[in-house]
Formats: sequence, structure tokens, C-alpha cells
Amino acid sequence: MLQVNLFSRKDLVDAPAPNYWDILAFIFISAAIFAVAWLLQQMAVPFSFGRPINIDLNPTSLPGYCLRSVMRICLALVVSIIFTFIFGAAAAKSKLAERIIIPSIDVLQSVPVLGFLSVGVWGFLTLFPGSLLGPECAAIFALFTAQVWNMTLSFYQSLCLIPKSLREASVIMHLSVWQRFWRLEVPYAMPSLLWNIMLSISASWFFMVASEAIDVNNHVIMLPGVGSYIALAIKNANMTAVCWAVFAMLATIIIYDQILFRPIMQWGEKFRPANHAEEMQPSFITKILSRARFIQFFFMFLRRIFSYAVMLPSAIKINKSKRQESFIIGIWPIISRLGGLLVLIMLAVSVYFIFNFFSSSITMADVRETLWLGAVSTFRIFILVVLCIIVWLPVGVWIGLRPYAARKIQPVIQILSAFPANLLFPFFATLIISYDLNKNIWLSPLMILGTQWYILFNVIAGAVSLPEEQKYAVASLGLPRILWWRRFILPGLLPHLVTGAMTATGGAWNASIIAEAINWGGVQLYATGLGAYIAYNTKAGNSVNMALGIVVMCFYVLLINRIFWQPLYHFSQRRCQTEG
Amino acid sequence: MAKQVQKKPVLVLENVSKFFTQRDRQKLLVLDNLNLSLYPGEVVALVGKSGSGKSTLLRIMSGLIKPNNGRVLWHDEDVASPFKGLSMVFQDFALLPWLTVLQNVELGLEALGVDRKERREKALEAIDMVGMDGFESAYPKELSGGMCQRVGLARALVVDPEIMLMDEPFSALDVLTTDNLRSDLLSLWQGKKTNLKNILIVTHNIEEAVLLADRILIFSSNPGAIRAEVKVNLDHPRADNEVGVHEVMDEIYHQLSLLHDPHKIAGVRYKNIGLHYRLPKVEISELSGLIETLDSSEYARKADLADLAEDLHLDIDDLFPLTDALEIFRFAYIQDGALFLTDLGNRFACAEILEKKEIFAKQLLNHVPLARHIRRVLDDRYNQCATEDRFLSELQDSLTESAADEVLKVCIDWGRFAEIFAYSVNSGILSLEDPN
Repeated sequence: MLQVNLFSRKDLVDAPAPNYWDILAFIFISAAIFAVAWLLQQMAVPFSFGRPINIDLNPTSLPGYCLRSVMRICLALVVSIIFTFIFGAAAAKSKLAERIIIPSIDVLQSVPVLGFLSVGVWGFLTLFPGSLLGPECAAIFALFTAQVWNMTLSFYQSLCLIPKSLREASVIMHLSVWQRFWRLEVPYAMPSLLWNIMLSISASWFFMVASEAIDVNNHVIMLPGVGSYIALAIKNANMTAVCWAVFAMLATIIIYDQILFRPIMQWGEKFRPANHAEEMQPSFITKILSRARFIQFFFMFLRRIFSYAVMLPSAIKINKSKRQESFIIGIWPIISRLGGLLVLIMLAVSVYFIFNFFSSSITMADVRETLWLGAVSTFRIFILVVLCIIVWLPVGVWIGLRPYAARKIQPVIQILSAFPANLLFPFFATLIISYDLNKNIWLSPLMILGTQWYILFNVIAGAVSLPEEQKYAVASLGLPRILWWRRFILPGLLPHLVTGAMTATGGAWNASIIAEAINWGGVQLYATGLGAYIAYNTKAGNSVNMALGIVVMCFYVLLINRIFWQPLYHFSQRRCQTEG
Repeated sequence: MAKQVQKKPVLVLENVSKFFTQRDRQKLLVLDNLNLSLYPGEVVALVGKSGSGKSTLLRIMSGLIKPNNGRVLWHDEDVASPFKGLSMVFQDFALLPWLTVLQNVELGLEALGVDRKERREKALEAIDMVGMDGFESAYPKELSGGMCQRVGLARALVVDPEIMLMDEPFSALDVLTTDNLRSDLLSLWQGKKTNLKNILIVTHNIEEAVLLADRILIFSSNPGAIRAEVKVNLDHPRADNEVGVHEVMDEIYHQLSLLHDPHKIAGVRYKNIGLHYRLPKVEISELSGLIETLDSSEYARKADLADLAEDLHLDIDDLFPLTDALEIFRFAYIQDGALFLTDLGNRFACAEILEKKEIFAKQLLNHVPLARHIRRVLDDRYNQCATEDRFLSELQDSLTESAADEVLKVCIDWGRFAEIFAYSVNSGILSLEDPN
């Protein structure tokens, strides 16, 4: 006998009878579909190389530009997610794929985003001649490369961490590979994937200007969008327009934080095994979403479709699986050997190519110069990170030890970290120009402007997570201030501090191409450094030198990660982590 | 109950062996030539120390992993992968945290392609059966461990299995919850509300095995094999203070203590171990606590193993490592299912801390070859230092990596207490120096 329990069965009810909410839903959804169609159509308009696209500096056109930039980010995100699902899952499931994919991503994520852009532009311009689709795709590709690597890595890591018993249970219950992917693997990876998507979106905003106003061979292609708006404002030295852009950006980020970030993160909470995560203040959208009946119905509808999609292949699979499996096992050695061979061939080709490249168009002097510039940039970034730690460590500890303050301040920092710091560069540029300051010193802080928040973020998180009883125990000893720092706070925070500094450094490298070379109304300011070298050569169309610069930057990033950050990270995890 | 034992077996294991290959080392035998038949209508319990291959056996039966030798037959057909008619209950419940109770229970049906309506009906029925109605829309993280395991049970029952494998299903739960769940499981089984023909339960709680099972198989380790079988012909419900139950428990403890005998030479009461012996993971404080308890007036140097386990709330994974260590150190010995304290044990119990350390150090060097070996190596070195890796690789000749780690860790722990050598976790160096 089934008893009806009004409190617990509310999600068992079948579809509610249609009411006026359905009309509303219909209107909203059609509007969204038309908007997307319009935006997509705008992307495919004819375009000839060299003909400028009109960008309007009137603030009234800003909302439209913002929308188009958001659209680009979303499209790039879709591609990133598909890439992540395919390659992250492949790396987690096949040893061979793992051996190829993971080191590749490790290298690729140290390649500066703008490096991808210059390659992508040529590719897509030739692919779609005479259409705006070419530069659009190039911009989306650049955004994709700014988003995808950390997402794929996090997905791969999550899949590797799925508990054995969950895997076994899913096999015992006869879930097919497809069902397992959607029912077990994707949900398990969801919390960290969502977090990484949010970080990726922040990164996309940062590279907006560079990816929409594309430098190709002494030409600038300006795609309609907020990035181009800023680029034009900078070129015309129009401070009012810059201020409008900053304002629009801030508004966009706050809106997106409220209607996307928070609801999604809150939804993501349900994928966590236990309620240990920090409390998030629900945005008002979350409240509306969870109360409005029609939206709940809409979500239920989505769930139903999802569940059918998950079920679909199970009907086909049952009879075939055994034969397929034995077939795959049979030819697996051949596949893996072929794969190995392919890698070897690719390696040989690459080595030949690099050798050829070096011997024909690059002189030893070039190499020496880039290595020297790389060292300068390394030194600059190192100093900046140290300075940031000196500033933000005490602040972060102060905030972190006061839960109330931490709760209030964390959302603000979240928004600050999502705000693209390069929007503030013009203010620095005008100051440097008007007071004729030393470029090598005063351009430096720009690199860390956007990524310093990671340090503060992690320090606060670390201070919040220090066990309450440890704090009491240490307080009861009455340690002098200096000892309190040395014996308690610093060791306790070290893992978090290292994580923060590591992320900040990676971000600073990526930002260096933008931050070491800024302009204002036609005045170019270059600092001495590898980023400026790459930026300069990109602008001048010296693709060989640009490539060399990118390779050297890649080399530095990998080297420093391997010999400095990773050992430090492992040391801090081993020694100072309070609990598993 | 074992009334109709002569029926045709449902699940048969024939000469099953399983070994794991460590990277470029020799194979490690986990299960050795094992034979086992399950007959319809019986509850079978598998009892043995942890790490004895019980879980591996369960996974071979279910088709999750393949044996290297021998075969598994389900109704006379070879088992290659998990088959319909089998379900499993896990120690850590293995519920998906992002699905509600109802969705978790439905998942198995969804995988089988059962349509929505039927799925829901069956799931609600299974949830009712385990007494979780009212919690259909709850998420696992809202539930206590006991409730989670009820959901795990519902999920296993909903696919209408013939055989249910339970891998230490209650060991993550507290005593009261376990009692409650166990009796519910029994009434489900006896009420014949399901088509369940067999339950196989892995446990290291002897009392639980005796209260539930018709047949108890005693498992030895290294390599895993069934060493003894105890039939339980008692009527349900069984109570833990019944004489019959206690007799069976005594018998099982006796059988379990016999498992260690290969290390005892006939006529010698104690255990002589080799360099690669898998040292029991025992804390010094537990060890001396047990010695002091044995020495107390309550026991007067002699304790029945079953009583001891009950009084101190030790399951066999707690008890047997302790008795193992006691026998290695010659502080006590086991005879006929009872533990006897020796004179040395008595001296240890009465000693002050420094004297305790002295006695311990002497016994450690005399009777634990690994400790003696480490000490000798350190003595021979000019700087009296050696890395742990050196000893680990020696141990890995005949132990798995994780077992070697554990053994060395235990030995280092004992050696530090006895102050026969020092160790620094940062550098991984063993030395004779005192830290300062």
C-alpha cells in the first residue's frame, strides 16, 4: 500500500496542468531563442580583410556589445566543456591517452593565450574567407584556450578520485558506459568543474580586449564587443568611454554573479558528498527559482529529458556489449601500439621542425635576448608575488580569523577577482605618461593586478579553516606576536599560501604580454621583459620572433613550476596540512 | 536454515585462485585454490582477519574481477561479468550523493531499461520494505549511517535478486543501529517477501555472524583460503546471551586462534616469526592495556577469547592482532581458545615505564627479526644511519608495497618506543642518534 505523504512526495507529482505560467515560459524561451539567433547571424556577416568595422563609442551601444561578448564567452565555454568531457574522460580511462593528454595539457596551459590567438587567426581567416565568421571563430578560439585547460585537468582529476565502491556499485547495477558517465562521473566531478568554469570565465574577461581587437600583420580587426570598445577608447585616449566601459563591465559581472554564478554554485552544492562547504548566501534569483512553480516544472522537464537521454543507449547496448568488448580487447594491443608509433612520428617531425626553424631564421643572439628577457620577467613576477604576500597575508589572516568579516568580504573579493584588471590599465598609463615615471617599475604592478586576489582568497580560506580548538590552544599559551606567526599561522597557512602564490604566478605570466606593453592614445609603453617582446613582435608582424618568445615563455613557466612550485607544494602538503 | 542442504547449489566456486602482480616483482597469491558452494535458502557468513582476501572473493563471486585460475558458476553457467539476479551491499553504502533516496533506488532499474512507471512502483515498494518511506525525497547527506545502509539495502533488493552479497555492511555503524538493522534484515529474510535465495555476508564481528548465519566459513590469510566451516543449527531469533550462541562463538574463536598455528612449532607455545612476517598493527598502549587487564583480578592471567572480545568490545580485527603481538613478545600464549599471561607478561604489567621499555626492547630485539635486522644495519654503518627505502625494498620481496609500508611503520613505532633506534619522517632516515 502506498501512503501519500504531502511533505515528501512533492517531486513525485506528474506534470502540473498547463496554466498562465506556461504562456510566460513560452514567451521567455522564444525571446531567448530569437536573441541567440540574431547574435549568431551577426557573426556570419560578410567581412573583407582590411576594412574597418565601425565601433561606436556611444555608451548606449555598450549593452549590445556586452551581450555579444557574453555570447562569445558562452560559445567558447560550450566548446571547452565538450573538449573537457572528451579529453578529460579519455585521459582518466585509458593509460595511453593519459600519457599523451596530461603532459600535453601541462605544456599547453603554460602557452600564453595570445600565442594561440595569433595562430588561430590565420587558420580561421583562411577557413572562412570573406566572412566575419573567421575573426569571430579566432576570438572564440582564443577565449577557449583561456578557459579549457584547468577545466580538463580538474575533470580528469575528479574522475581519478571516484571512490572504488561507487564504481563497483555502478557495475553491479549494470549501468552502461554512457549511463555511468552521466550518472556517476559527471556529477562526481561537478563541484570542482563548476568552480573551474567560474575561474575560466574570469580569465575570459581578462583576454576580452586582446581577443576582440585582433592584431594581424599591422592591421587591427575589431569585432563588435566590449573588448573592442575598450580598445578603441584607449586608442582615442577617450577617458569617458573607458569609465563607461569599466562601469558596464562591473554591472555585467555583478549581474552575472547574481543570476548565474550563485545559483549555479548553489545547485552544485548538491553534488558534494557532505555539507562541509562554506555557506553561500543565496541570491534572490535562487529564491525565485526554487519557489516559482513553473520554473520548477521547467527544471523537471529538463530532468526528464536528461533521464531519457541517459536511458536511451541502454536498450541498444545489452545484447551487443559482450561482442564489442571482446573485439576491443582483441584489437587493443594494435591500437596502443599504433598510438605509440604515432606519437613517435609526431615527435620526430616536431624535432625536425624545431631544428629547421632554429637553424634557418633564428640567431643565437635572438635566443640569448629572449632568455635574458625571460629572466627579467621571472624576477619581476617573483618580486611582485612576494610584495603581494607581504600586503595580503596580514589582511587575509585578519579577515579569516573573523568569520563575520570573512562572510561579508568574500563576495566582494569574488567580484573583484572576476573583474578584468586590464580595464584599469589606462588609468595607470595616463599617470605614467603625465608624470614620466619609470616604465620598468610602474608597469610591473599591472601584471599582478588581476591575480593578486588568488593570494588573498586562499589566505582567507586557510585562516577560516584553521581548527577552532587549535586557535584556543595557541591562545591559551599566550604566545608573543612573532612566535604566534612563526609557529602557528605561517605553518598552518603554508599549503593555502603556496596554492595562492602558484595560481597568481601562472596568471601573472599570462598577463605579462598585456601588462608589459600598454598604450594610451597612440603612445606605446614597453617595459623590459618577455611579455613586451612577444607583444611588440606580434604587433610588428615578426611571427618568427613572436613564436620564439612564446616558446621561451613556455620553457620558463614549465621550468619554474617543476623546480620551484611543485616541490614546494608537495612539501607544504606533507608537512603542514592539518588533516587529510 | 540448513534443512535442505542436499539441494543443487546456486553459486559454485571451483578451484579459484587469484594473484596480484606487483610491478616487476613476483606474483602475490591472494586466494589459493578455493572451493565454495552456496545452496538455496541459506545465509552464509565469511569470517576472517582484514586483508585476508574476503573482499576479493566477494568481487570474484560477483564477476567484478576475474580469477586467474578456476571458475565461478551461476546456475551452471560461467560468470564473466556481474549478472542479473545478484546485488551487493557495500560497507560505505556507495550511494550517489546527488540523487535522492528514490532516485538512488531507481538507478538500478533505470540501467536495466525498466520504464518510468514500473520503476517508480518497484522503488517505492522496496523503500517501504526497508522502512524508509517518508524519506523518498531526502538526499543521502541528510541521513544517518544506519538510514543510508537501509537505502543501500533497498537499492540491492529492488532489482529482485536471488543472491545478495554484503561486504561488511554494518561495520561503519554503531552497536545499537547494527542490532536494529540486523533484526530487520532477518525478518525480511524470514518473511520471504522477496525472491532472495541466498545471502552471503562478510563480517569481522563473530557475534553478528552467529546471530545471522546458517553456515560460517572461517577464512585464513596469506593466501586466503577457507580453513574451517561451522554450522549453526539454532532457531531464530537468536539472542546473544543464549548458551547455544555462546558455544558457537567459542568454537569460532578457537578455530580462529588455530589459524596462527603454522607459525608455532609443535610443542612450543610461542610464535617464531621471520623477517618478512606481517607484523600486527598494534599500538603499544593497547598492548600494555591488554596485558594489564589480563593481570587484573578480574581475569587472573587467563581469559576466554570470546569473553575478552565481548567485555572489551573488540571485534576480530582488534583482538587477533593484539594476541598475535602478545605471542610474538612472549607476554602471553593461546591454548584451547583461551589467552594465558606469562610470567614475563606479569612482570611487564607491574613494571614502571622505564622498566617496561627495557623489557620491551629486549623482547623486540630477540623475537622480531626485522627490528634486530634494522639495529644491526645501523650498528654496522659508520654514520649509524640508513634510509627507510633500503628496508622497504627488502620487505617488498615478499610483501605488497602497502603491506611493506605498514610493517615497517609498525616496526619503527615499536623501535621508537623501545628506544633502540630513531627515525625522522622528513628525511626518511633511521638512525641511532637521539633527537634534540
